[in-house]
Amino acid sequence: MSAVDLLIVGAGPAGMAAAITARRHGLDVLVVDDQPAPGGQIWRSVETVAASPRGSRLGDSYLAGAARAQAFRACGAAYEPGAQLWQIEPGFRAFVTSGGKARTISASAVILATGAQERPVPFPGWTLPGVLTVGAGQVLLKTADQVPEKPVWIAGSGPLPLLYMTQLLAANGRIAGFLDTTPPGRLGAALRHLPGALGKAGDLWKGIAWTLALKRAGVKTVRHVAEIEARGEGRLQSLRYRRQGGSWEETPAEVLLVHEGLVPSIHAPLALDCKVEWRRDQHCYAPVLDAWGESSQPGLFVAGDGAGIAGAIAAEHRGTLAGLAVAARLGRVSAAAAETEATPARKLLDRELAFRPFLDALYEPRPQVFAPPDETVVCRCEEVTAGTLRKRAEVGRPGTNQVKAFTRAGMGPCQGRQCGYTVMHILAGVQNRPPEALGFYRIRPPLKPVTLGELAALGQTDDAA
Amino acid sequence: MMPASAQGFDVAVIGGGLHGLTAALSLARGGRSVVILERNWVGRHASSATAAGVRTLGRDLAEVPISLESMEMWRRIASIVGDDCGFHAHGQFKVAEFDGHLPALQEREATMRRLGYRHEEMIGAAELRRLIPSLSPHCVGALIVRNDGAADPHRTIAAFRSACERAGVAIVEGCGVEAVERQGPDWLLRCGVRSFHAPAVVNAAGAWAARVASLFGESIDLGVRASMMMATERLAPFLAPVVSVVGRALSFKQSDQGTLVIGGGLQGAADIDRQRSTVNFVELAKGARASADLFPIVRGVRIARCWTGIEAQTRDHLPVIGASPQIPGLFHSFGYSGHGFQLVPVLGEIMRDLVVDQKTARSIAAFAPARLMQGRHAA
Ligand SMILES: Cc1cc2nc3c(=O)[nH]c(=O)nc-3n(C[C@H](O)[C@H](O)[C@H](O)COP(=O)(O)OP(=O)(O)OC[C@H]3O[C@@H](n4cnc5c(N)ncnc54)[C@H](O)[C@@H]3O)c2cc1C
Repeated sequence: MSAVDLLIVGAGPAGMAAAITARRHGLDVLVVDDQPAPGGQIWRSVETVAASPRGSRLGDSYLAGAARAQAFRACGAAYEPGAQLWQIEPGFRAFVTSGGKARTISASAVILATGAQERPVPFPGWTLPGVLTVGAGQVLLKTADQVPEKPVWIAGSGPLPLLYMTQLLAANGRIAGFLDTTPPGRLGAALRHLPGALGKAGDLWKGIAWTLALKRAGVKTVRHVAEIEARGEGRLQSLRYRRQGGSWEETPAEVLLVHEGLVPSIHAPLALDCKVEWRRDQHCYAPVLDAWGESSQPGLFVAGDGAGIAGAIAAEHRGTLAGLAVAARLGRVSAAAAETEATPARKLLDRELAFRPFLDALYEPRPQVFAPPDETVVCRCEEVTAGTLRKRAEVGRPGTNQVKAFTRAGMGPCQGRQCGYTVMHILAGVQNRPPEALGFYRIRPPLKPVTLGELAALGQTDDAA
Repeated sequence: MMPASAQGFDVAVIGGGLHGLTAALSLARGGRSVVILERNWVGRHASSATAAGVRTLGRDLAEVPISLESMEMWRRIASIVGDDCGFHAHGQFKVAEFDGHLPALQEREATMRRLGYRHEEMIGAAELRRLIPSLSPHCVGALIVRNDGAADPHRTIAAFRSACERAGVAIVEGCGVEAVERQGPDWLLRCGVRSFHAPAVVNAAGAWAARVASLFGESIDLGVRASMMMATERLAPFLAPVVSVVGRALSFKQSDQGTLVIGGGLQGAADIDRQRSTVNFVELAKGARASADLFPIVRGVRIARCWTGIEAQTRDHLPVIGASPQIPGLFHSFGYSGHGFQLVPVLGEIMRDLVVDQKTARSIAAFAPARLMQGRHAA
């Protein structure tokens, strides 16, 4: 078992900033990340891509990642790419697999910088080959410069579809059309939050610029789309959609990328029994954290989008704050000095957070996201439909974990990452309760599937030690 | 004073696990009005965490008669609760990996024959290979029960629950019994603001049964165990029976869904106060190693989830079944020590006998509560 002062999980903006800060105060830091290179979601593959033509096509905020990755590489933290954290125990003992072997790492403090996942949105046909998420499409673009051969349909709401479409156009990709699922009236609702957002006028312009670029490129846009259906024999062949109050239309389609916002990765904090709170503004759970990012488990910090969706810049500031707090906790910097050093990061973080209410209101998911039709598969791993869950939900007002036991929804290898929120909403709908009254699944370890052989090896090395 | 709102029943069952459900079911069918008081939700603890092995193989000799009767009931479980509970009788195997393991198994078989039991049977390497082709060729033999098997725990809970409901049992969930008072011929059970009264109480509170007993002023020496389980991703069917092995903690089977369900009594940590238990992966690795040694083809299979379930454990690993020696109207059914699932059907009959007839023809003397009580409590 190796031992470090600080274990950081995730080498995205938050994890890298935390590592750099902690190293500045002399901490012994290990960063593990399942990707092959630093950068996280936003700066994926940036070290190799930045200098290539692909880099400039991905845009300035992508290119900014190159300097961050360089600073991270130089900071003196031990960095282990291709490593999956699959269990963590209070105290802390972390279980990690890399190179086909599992091992344990002990750490005085842990920063979880594991980011976010796209909000899973079950709709009829979402499991057909040819249907992906915008995030998955973007990963292909960043890592492999892969542009779908056929024109793609994009459906969804939020900044990411807009950004991806501009990136795709710059890479000579073709867009069949954009089904904008933002309901009518959202801009009005969002504008109420504008005063708080004005400090970030630059980002507002960015959004407008993306929209204008799409218009200039002649991308067909259907606004206020309420419902979508993917259809096909064995793979996606056509797409049906209905606008709010309108009738169904059908169009041929070979690739459909969907996106309805992000939700924090909460499995690790939940597995460690950290308190979480329901974020009405973002329709998800986020860990309860203090101003430094410390969770209800002393010594366990959450930084970045895992702490609540706020974007890459906020993630860096949260990483810096968490890194400082760990340094202070381990006595490498005085509380007063940490406070002073934290001031600029806090100011900038507040500025980022002030912009969120505007975005959250503008891109609040449409109600249909949480209420898939009965025939729709909700749990992909166990193939449980919304109808089965609704029927089960009528008997004895069951909670999420009971329904899991009865229907197997959430029991597969993804451990409810895909279906957790949808199951909560479906039960809430049937029982006429708010979703947060149902609660999320209890998380069973491992956080990532480890093989029997890998686990077997862990036993042997640890017994010998 | 009896609170005006208290609801009255003939029998109150504390704990909505499978043992509470089966007792309630038989009592209701015996004409009694029954309520189940469950602190969480029905099946929340050991009964839904269980490996659901339906095993007569290797039972303590004291348990063999009721275990065999229970097995006979499992075979017609659909006629008892209206669903087959996912029960399959594909056999239970206790495998000997090495020649040194064989004598103990042979001795057990001989003992069983001497006592007149024929269900446990010794097989050699060739027959073992024929029955389980995927087993590692180093294994040399096994003691088996061909008609043992396994069920689906969640289906079993659902089936017993709805059978109870059809029989008129009142099931109250989110209702933990916190205090007990004597009210004339009745026990008054307080659960927060609610209360219930009944002349007879069945204590089926699983890991918390000693605490429930102490509410009645009875002290029972009881430990706790937190057995760990793991389930893998789905595989094509390759294994029908349940496999255990001499000298190692392992029970290994493939579920109807194709997942491997691996347990065998390796222990995690239990926190009785917080009603939680946690997996100890360094321990669990032993189970992974045993699995990979016995079935080399599963090395690369991914584990999807691991869990623990908490249950009471007695020092002799036998359950606590019987009327309290001191407290009138209190009946115990707990302490199954990690092997109570198989006994569920017969225990309903036994609890009905005890509550309704004050006696049973089944042999349960070895399970008397008094054996775990100290001093003046001991009968
Ligand atoms: C991991 C594991 C694997 C197992 N594998 C097998 C197997 O293969 N074969 C086999 O035969 N057996 C097996 N067993 C054992 C079997 O599952 C148990 O013996 C059986 O489920 C016990 O049922 P129960 O009703 O006594 O307990 P439980 O199911 O634990 O029910 C007790 C209930 O009492 C409730 N309760 C407690 N206190 C109060 C209170 N004050 N008021 C109200 N309610 C209260 C609890 O919430 C709980 O729901 C296994 C057990 C575990 C944990």
